Amino acid sequence: MPELLIAGARVVDPFQGTDEHADVLVSRGRIAEVGRGIGREGREVLEASGLVLAPAFLELHAHLREPGDEDAETLETGLEAALRGGYAAVCCMPNTRPPLDHPAVVSGLAARARALGLADLYVVGCITRGREGRDLADLGLMHACEARVRAFSDDGAGVEDAGIMRLALQYASAFGGLIISHPEDARLSRGGQVNEGAASVALGLRGIPSLAEEVMVARDILLAEETGGRLHLAHISTARSAAMVREAKERGVRVTAEVTPHHLVLSERDIGDYDTSYKMSPPLRTPADVAALREALRDGTIDAVATDHAPHRREDKEKEFDYAPFGVVGMESAFPVLYRELVEGGELTLMRLLEALTRGPAAVLGLEPPDYGGGIVVGARADLVLLDLEEEWTLDATRFASKGRNCPFHGRAVKGRVACTIKGGRVVHGGGGGGRRG
Amino acid sequence: MAERRHLLDIDDLDRDGIERMLDMARSFAEVLRRPIKKVPSLRGKTVANLFYEPSTRTRLSFELAAKRLSADVLNFTASASSVEKGESLKDTALTLEAMGVDAVVVRHPVAGAPWLLRRWTEATILNAGDGMHAHPTQALLDLFTMRERLGDLEGRTVAFVGDVLHSRVARSGMKACRAVGMEVLAVGPPTLLPPAPVEGVEYVHDFEAALPRCDVIYMLRMQRERQQEGRVPSLEEYTRFYQLNAERMGRARPGALVMHPGPMNRGVEIAGEVADAPYAAVTAQVTAGVAVRMAALFTLLGGAEGGSEVA
Repeated sequence: MPELLIAGARVVDPFQGTDEHADVLVSRGRIAEVGRGIGREGREVLEASGLVLAPAFLELHAHLREPGDEDAETLETGLEAALRGGYAAVCCMPNTRPPLDHPAVVSGLAARARALGLADLYVVGCITRGREGRDLADLGLMHACEARVRAFSDDGAGVEDAGIMRLALQYASAFGGLIISHPEDARLSRGGQVNEGAASVALGLRGIPSLAEEVMVARDILLAEETGGRLHLAHISTARSAAMVREAKERGVRVTAEVTPHHLVLSERDIGDYDTSYKMSPPLRTPADVAALREALRDGTIDAVATDHAPHRREDKEKEFDYAPFGVVGMESAFPVLYRELVEGGELTLMRLLEALTRGPAAVLGLEPPDYGGGIVVGARADLVLLDLEEEWTLDATRFASKGRNCPFHGRAVKGRVACTIKGGRVVHGGGGGGRRG
Repeated sequence: MAERRHLLDIDDLDRDGIERMLDMARSFAEVLRRPIKKVPSLRGKTVANLFYEPSTRTRLSFELAAKRLSADVLNFTASASSVEKGESLKDTALTLEAMGVDAVVVRHPVAGAPWLLRRWTEATILNAGDGMHAHPTQALLDLFTMRERLGDLEGRTVAFVGDVLHSRVARSGMKACRAVGMEVLAVGPPTLLPPAPVEGVEYVHDFEAALPRCDVIYMLRMQRERQQEGRVPSLEEYTRFYQLNAERMGRARPGALVMHPGPMNRGVEIAGEVADAPYAAVTAQVTAGVAVRMAALFTLLGGAEGGSEVA
């Protein structure tokens, strides 16, 4: 493989906190040189003037539906969607059929992903056997096996039994395992379809109160505080959840949190004519919640943006609102939507957005070089994205690599595109058109 | 081609549209008093009644209204049909479309189903009740009944009493009453009222205190299921605080009207003596239903020009 010279990009590196124009030379899958005026001779040159070069993104929360629901998504389509969205690595959630609760299952899945050679896969294992909420799964064995599971979750449902959650946090702390909470009290959310309040009243649908999330956020923070375990709160959606995370961090609790692009951009007011592409769990909340989540992302209370990519079969989503499943796809729309709405909208710096897509999730998961991260420095693995921040275009879900078309941003005018994804020094998405001049 | 017109919820109509619909219903009510109760207005049109929930009263009312206008009527009742074989709402819509149906009257247990149908067929959609969301023709027939009994409704006060939270009748009814300038109260325990404010609606928990303000007392059906959900401790307790009986009627304004969408739970939300009293308009509501639905079908299926009823 010839050396690859990425020439003339604006290099924005959240790991180093740097933002400067430079050439980047990639050799044998790693970054070999960063500087100005690097020689072109004998090298493959990717013209990148006018583009931003950043570390490739890390997806903390995706549903790739394998095994068991390959009609909705496969490792192949899901990891291809990741590359198109600028992600070099993806954590997949274990609510599959069967669930990912056993070393053999997680190892098999990890091996299949390696063979595909697309984005890297980090398998999230179940907290409890069968995701039934009763007995701990073999957390240590999953961590020790070939798949090296780092994080555990019963995502899709909260762990209702506080005693089990406490044991999980205690037990996993022995090997630094991360416990990912799906904060939802099913007794409070039961039967709900949209946020309880203005939306549920206007639409005549059953409501899911903010409290259904908040009581479990509060509980899990207390459990993490007492056990010293590492807790990550998935897809928080309310102002009060964000406030509780902020206070917990100030107290020194080992807690991190993620937010999805849809909860940062959309509110319950956008649901409109019962389009099930707006049906997700947790539900879209109020504009005040959206504002609070943006503030929490800005000030670092929320560590990462994760898409909660949840593809569903078209027939399953084309149903009456109550009958359609929760969830929306997100990996291919995340960057352009967030760039347009938050960075262009003046709410977030480009640096902070990129940090929430790269360094933030890496810190949550405890990933370090050479697995992932380190930034755009000599010796780091060349997992990179080139971003065209000027391009204005319209999101078209029918052209996604994901099998899922359930995207609330379909048809939305966006700005900024992942022009090129480079994985291990190889261009794996885009890169044909060269850079933008001027 | 003219834009398709639908009646999905009462706010598809502005105040003028509501008034015109009620005026038209009055002329159809006159037709219904003739020896030959039929006009040729919708001859050649086909109306499908698509009922995913049992509702004899509403289905018969729509069926009769369509027939009085000389339309052809198809009845599709979900329990005895393709739904049991797993056919989706979308496929059913496409089937009706292929049959060239002009209008679909839909009753469905899930809120929003009529909005989905609108996306999937070219037919005019009339919402005959979706989940706990909307029931616009019920709201119209209720307004019709109030207007016939009380005259001008501007400034009058109506109380919707009981399970407002789960009631599509109340949801559309409150909007309709607000639209014609009425004051609206929602009366019930906090667990049975909507979890957010409804514009222009005052929430009241003390039924007896509210009664002296009311020109119309609109009693809602109390479902046993709500007790099973724990929203009220017992039907006995509910009855004690929220049943409309003769004694409570004594506190209401003179000439106050009692209404109920039916079917009534006598002895629960309404005492038998009240249901049968002359101030109760329950059967008048049923009669009004046919005339109002004739007006809706006639307006939407091209019988009336220049309506504002465009959804």
